[in-house]
Amino acid sequence: MSSTRLFRAVARLPLSGKIGLVLVIFWIVIAAIGPFIAPYPPGSFSNQEVFSESSSEFWLGSDYLGRDVLSRLLSGARFTVGLSAVAVAIAASIGTGFALMAAVGPHWVDELLSRAMDTLISIPSKIFALVLVAAFGSSLILLTVIIAITYVPGNFRIARSLAVGLARLDYVEVARARGEGRLHLALVEVLPNMIRPLCADIGLRFVFIVLLLSGLSFLGLGLQPPDADLGSLVRENTSGLAEGALAIIAPAVAIASLTVGVNLLIDAATQGKAR
Amino acid sequence: MNPAPHVAVRNLSVTVRAPDGSPLRIVDDVSFTIQRGEVMALIGESGSGKTTIALSLLGYARSGAKISGAITVGKASFGGAGQATLAAQRGNRITYVAQSAAAAFNPSRRVIEQVIEPALIHGTASAAEARKHSMALFEALALPNPETIGSRYPHELSGGQLQRLMAAMALITRPDLVIFDEPTTALDVTTQVEVLQAFRKVVREQGATGVYVSHDLAVVAQMADQILVLNRGKVREQNSVKAVLETPSDDYTQTLLAAAQPVIKAAVPTVAPTAVGAAPLLSIEGIHAGYGAIDRNGCAAHPVLTDVSLHIGRGAAVGVIGESGSGKSTVARVVAGLLAPTAGTVSLDGEPLAASLNRRTREQLRRIQIVFQNADIALNPAHSVGEILGRVLRFYHGSSSHQARQRIAELLDLIRLPAGIADRRCDELSGGQKQRVNLARALAANPDVILCDEVTSALDTVVREAILELLAELRRDLGVAYLFISHDIATVKALCDEIVVLYKGTRVESGLRDSYAAPPFHPYTDLLISSVPELRTDWLSSVGPQASARFAHMHESAALCRFVPRCPVAVAGRCDVTPPPHRAMTAGNTVLCHRTESELTGS
Repeated sequence: MSSTRLFRAVARLPLSGKIGLVLVIFWIVIAAIGPFIAPYPPGSFSNQEVFSESSSEFWLGSDYLGRDVLSRLLSGARFTVGLSAVAVAIAASIGTGFALMAAVGPHWVDELLSRAMDTLISIPSKIFALVLVAAFGSSLILLTVIIAITYVPGNFRIARSLAVGLARLDYVEVARARGEGRLHLALVEVLPNMIRPLCADIGLRFVFIVLLLSGLSFLGLGLQPPDADLGSLVRENTSGLAEGALAIIAPAVAIASLTVGVNLLIDAATQGKAR
Repeated sequence: MNPAPHVAVRNLSVTVRAPDGSPLRIVDDVSFTIQRGEVMALIGESGSGKTTIALSLLGYARSGAKISGAITVGKASFGGAGQATLAAQRGNRITYVAQSAAAAFNPSRRVIEQVIEPALIHGTASAAEARKHSMALFEALALPNPETIGSRYPHELSGGQLQRLMAAMALITRPDLVIFDEPTTALDVTTQVEVLQAFRKVVREQGATGVYVSHDLAVVAQMADQILVLNRGKVREQNSVKAVLETPSDDYTQTLLAAAQPVIKAAVPTVAPTAVGAAPLLSIEGIHAGYGAIDRNGCAAHPVLTDVSLHIGRGAAVGVIGESGSGKSTVARVVAGLLAPTAGTVSLDGEPLAASLNRRTREQLRRIQIVFQNADIALNPAHSVGEILGRVLRFYHGSSSHQARQRIAELLDLIRLPAGIADRRCDELSGGQKQRVNLARALAANPDVILCDEVTSALDTVVREAILELLAELRRDLGVAYLFISHDIATVKALCDEIVVLYKGTRVESGLRDSYAAPPFHPYTDLLISSVPELRTDWLSSVGPQASARFAHMHESAALCRFVPRCPVAVAGRCDVTPPPHRAMTAGNTVLCHRTESELTGS
């Protein structure tokens, strides 16, 4: 039943949405199995030539140290996709959780949370990340935490405005008059009705995170060698820019296709369902 | 031989795509003609296609809908006319008066600029001429201060005034056809009378040809010459107003006519007054309530209710009526505990209830249930009907899922819905079905009293009658009591044994239903009753202009009778000086007025 419904929902997507869906599924699959299908270990200097052209041995050529770009791309994708997904999940859980508390709780909770989030949102995200990385050194966990914290306030604001609007509706009033507790109001009455717009927000934020992470890596503050995400692949190979090397074009195209794919899917999904 | 018709519609069909992709005809082969200077009414329930037909006269169809057929208005005809031709016609030769004038005006521009805008856009008059014409229209529409009213902003005007201004906007280009799309549906009855009188006067004076879309036969009877009865996009009957009202030939028209005057068939024995000494089931004593911050004297910043008291016996039905802003919904919110009163008590079986929800016991909450007006937002769209009802059963009765399923089937049977509906989501149901589910949710708690807040107001007449019938049956079979809130005195009279009239948060009259059959009434009750349109064509003329209030200049004051500024029978030296007493009338009703019983009967 649910699988046929899912199938029908996919069939109803416009062409752009289907393209987005294919791109997103493609990247999820790469993130999951990439390292296992990579032809060379990502760190091995398998090619004598640097910035080599595409060949049957090295589909995407070699990078500035002569490593296989395809293998590095396949292993790097999981950092970009995985880290962004984990960070966005944390950010959305905290943001939406706080938003629900603000919507169904007493007025002072709303005030307190909203002002706290205003404070947090006023800190520029890149500077915040730079300071923390400088202070604690870069690590996977720290990066996830920084990025999650950076994106909590934005999600909170959107979720709060949705939740406050919904919490005023009659069906929530009826539940309140019935004597339901705040947890029930938040999770059963309000949350299910904000999932759709929230998904759009989460998808958008995922894209921002991919870009922030790539940006940080590009600055050398993201993932540290020998690990590399898509952003650091671009940075490593900047010296190949002048030659138009595949080593820099391939990861850039990878970032673009991931973000464009997610955006297309979100646009199609939210438009198709809006009545 | 009649001259060529002014407006001719031939074989009009409007087709949309159904959700499954198949074409669906929402207007099916409709033909009619209107002579110059006549008004044709399109009447039917929601979904009958009446608004779709009216909009297709403007050459407008919802996106995805296709219009076929021939429409001729005056000399112009459009069938497949391009956007440019349509734009030249719209707002010029054919104009439109929408249901909600408050939403149709741009709040940031002065009214006059918006009223004369069609004339300027289409170049039918210079700005000065249009202004002059608009003032004549304002005067014809009985708007106060026709010279200066235009320089105000929309938010400074009342809903009834805006609706009349919108009619002026529609008439400014001297159009061939004016389309009125439910223009008085959103107004209070007392305002509706004024607006209808103004519309009829201006339509006659200007000799305008009109299409009047409405679901209300009584309103249409005042405005139209011809009636076209629609049901599911098809014409059921087309005849002169008199013929439709007096000798309806179609059985659907007869249903509509019957529903216009609700009479409950399920006879309910009028509840005998509670035995002396026995406490009523629910009593409200001296409630004051309002919104906003509460000051040092315990008054809210925006007081809504002042000193409201009423009592509901076991199994009784008490109606509360009043216009919008009278605080009738606030009464329900206070009783349900959603709003804490600033003074006064609500007691159940003689036991005072806590003001706020958190302090009431689950048992107390269970015994009082509230049902809101708009079932679209009163039912959570994320849940199925079964989940909505099941939650109440688990919450109050701790039912197991098996018990709950059984009880849900019983409840659905009680409200006359098929059991299969339990698995459906609420947004798949029709308006009437939703309102039944809304009611079933309250019934699931096995309450002693149900607070019905305008539960029939958003429904079509036929559906409304069915819901009223259901309410009466439930009361007879389950012995549940109602606090029935409505702005419609006919509905309240049909269902309730006792009626309370609220005006600006004060109880101006209360009494048994029979005492509302004939005077003496409170002057406001009198106004309410006489404002309800009747199903005869000469009703509007018989109402006459509303008697002018002597103290119209006075501001309403909490210390005096609040009705003074609108009261036609206010007495100088009494009404403008001291607060009125509650007077007991011989018919058993209590009236808050300075006038004595004999004076009120005579007036």
